[in-house]
Amino acid sequence: MVAVIRYNAGNIRSVAFALERLDVEFSITDNHEEIQKADQVIFPGVGEASSTMKYLQDHKLDIMIKELKQPVLGICLGMQLMCSFSEENNTTCLGIFDEHVKLFQSVKHEKVPHMGWNSLTLTNGWLDNRVNEQFVYFVHSYYVPVNPHTTAITDYILPFSSAIKKDNFYAVQFHPEKSSLMGEIVLRSFLNKS
Amino acid sequence: MLTKRIIPCLDIKDGRTVKGVNFVDIRDAGDPVELGAAYAAQGADELVFLDISATNEKRKTFAALVKEIATYVNIPFTVGGGITCLADVAPLLEAGADKVSINSAAVKNPDLIDELAKAFGSQFVALAIDARKVDNQWIVHTHGGSNPSGKKLFSWAKEGQSRGAGEILFTSMDHDGTKKGFAIDPLAKLHELLDIPVIASGGAGSMQHFLEAFVLGKADAALAASLFHFGELTISDLKKYLQTNGVPVRV
Repeated sequence: MVAVIRYNAGNIRSVAFALERLDVEFSITDNHEEIQKADQVIFPGVGEASSTMKYLQDHKLDIMIKELKQPVLGICLGMQLMCSFSEENNTTCLGIFDEHVKLFQSVKHEKVPHMGWNSLTLTNGWLDNRVNEQFVYFVHSYYVPVNPHTTAITDYILPFSSAIKKDNFYAVQFHPEKSSLMGEIVLRSFLNKS
Repeated sequence: MLTKRIIPCLDIKDGRTVKGVNFVDIRDAGDPVELGAAYAAQGADELVFLDISATNEKRKTFAALVKEIATYVNIPFTVGGGITCLADVAPLLEAGADKVSINSAAVKNPDLIDELAKAFGSQFVALAIDARKVDNQWIVHTHGGSNPSGKKLFSWAKEGQSRGAGEILFTSMDHDGTKKGFAIDPLAKLHELLDIPVIASGGAGSMQHFLEAFVLGKADAALAASLFHFGELTISDLKKYLQTNGVPVRV
């Protein structure tokens, strides 16, 4: 069973639809026990960092997420919240990855948010080789810089982390649930982790 | 590299696709869900579904349809048509839409843009602008391009951006349906003026027209309807052509 963490962020339904397409059993839940006993946990999200962190703290989900032992996949805002700090309203985040999330500095004709299909270059690690140099869908204004945990790099204004991994924590900046076949490969390769 | 997007647009009336569709591999050409999934499989980067149902009663079926679309379509999609207030939008997003487009309602009540952006984020809000040239000025028109408003294209687009729109969908009513190409000059000017993406719409008739929209009009995305629906152009052929001509596309 896969647990999709329910909190005050958008696009959780989209992840659920993608899991339905993959014929995966899942529940959308904020119940601690249910999350803790899931085989894999997905931490999705589109939204704003400080209000979502506050919600996680109020529901004691912040501590619980950090202590999870099974594979956990952060998506988009979920990935950013796994870092230690976000420039979005100067928010202290979960601190699973010791990285600061930064705002893209718009340069002429490079628009912010970074929205649309961009390619990935795998650096190592967990993503299936079939997605190397392929296109996935992004929508975000903040980014995780390239760091020792980076497993894929995308170039927009500057090279940033499109995927990271540390121990049982996996995260992607793009939206696998909206990335057609490549996204399905990414979700499958995560769901095969144990 | 961020790619240019190709976006088929489907008009929906009472839950069915309008305008004939000429796909050989489609069982039910009137089924928006099947058609949307087929476009996604062909390589469309996004989809737009516009509800043109006449009554509020019929519109209620649209949210149910959006949920069906979200279940089967694995690429982002925008829904629009008949959105007049914040309350119209929540059920569409809950049903799985990635973005909404607003048009006449925003002209009438510009605060709607701010309200939607604040409630759901700018990335959810596409401002659709229909305009035509009147006395050498690009004038915004509402209600499917029939009513001239007091607004001018460029200042309205700029205002839309500052109120929180995440994207501008610009349709030239002068070019729409002509198949003679997109309105290049106003596209290029919008690109200079704005920091948010611009979708070109109206006038697509050939692959070269898309190339012009991207290279000369500097559009971030291009939208077409009948050209794709009637099978005159396949998305995969179009993308190969654009790639050969140096435009970054997802193939």
